[in-house]
Amino acid sequence: MNGLWVALGAALGAPMRYLIDKQVQAAWKTVFPWGTLAVNILASLVLGVVTGLVLAGSPDALFSGLGVGLCGALSTYSTFSYTALRLFEDGFRFYAAVNVAVSIMAALGAASLGLALAAYSTA
Amino acid sequence: MSTPGLTHNKKEPMNCDFDALAANEHRWRARGADVVAVVAAGGILGAEARYLASRLWAEPPGRFPYTTFGVNLFGCFLIGVLLVIVSDMRTVTRLVRPFLATGVLGGFTTFSTYVVDSQRLISAGHPGVALVNIVGTMAGALVAVSIGALGTRRIIALRHNRHAR
Repeated sequence: MNGLWVALGAALGAPMRYLIDKQVQAAWKTVFPWGTLAVNILASLVLGVVTGLVLAGSPDALFSGLGVGLCGALSTYSTFSYTALRLFEDGFRFYAAVNVAVSIMAALGAASLGLALAAYSTA
Repeated sequence: MSTPGLTHNKKEPMNCDFDALAANEHRWRARGADVVAVVAAGGILGAEARYLASRLWAEPPGRFPYTTFGVNLFGCFLIGVLLVIVSDMRTVTRLVRPFLATGVLGGFTTFSTYVVDSQRLISAGHPGVALVNIVGTMAGALVAVSIGALGTRRIIALRHNRHAR
């Protein structure tokens, strides 16, 4: 049953990542991967909230659907690392380093904000 | 007697309007809806594979998240291999890259679980394990994608040289 929730969440999360990335890259025409950065931060915020809610007693199905499925498919490590490699190879070494550092720090901040929001709402 | 739907004769009126169907498919493709559909299908496959891995190798909380670490590194290696192969191929249909790279591998790897796991390790009083996860996954992913991409480029170059001789 949880596998079905994962499929449902992923069926929404992956196309969301594709469409958000397309929109963001079209709006800000740079080589910097703003789109991937945006989806990774958004998914980390939502997963923080979902994890906090499930720790406070919300059903496991919520974690399977929104956490494993939606947030897991909305965020990506493969595109993130491939873009970093390509930026580095194409001579944008500063962008590559900034992208890696900002992605990790901003996503960690978003995750702790999400966990805090869930703790606040269930307190 | 012909089987309805298998032969299309303009003189025979049929309950299935092929021109309307073709026009519909054209509109669908023009909007890029077919790309969105294959991204969704690939995303489901990738996420289910990750979910299966998390069930097979369940991680106790407070420990280093080996499964997510392994999933992310493997996915990064595969995207390096895949995108080099796809860019080397002369003919590749427009749906291959969105399906495999954006869909399957994007759905398989995860950034959100990586940061939330790290954040929870910090809150649970294991900042050292969290730091190893944060830096280790990042460094490991960059090494994995480089091995995948550079290794595949090397193999392709060797094959081209052999054909050229």
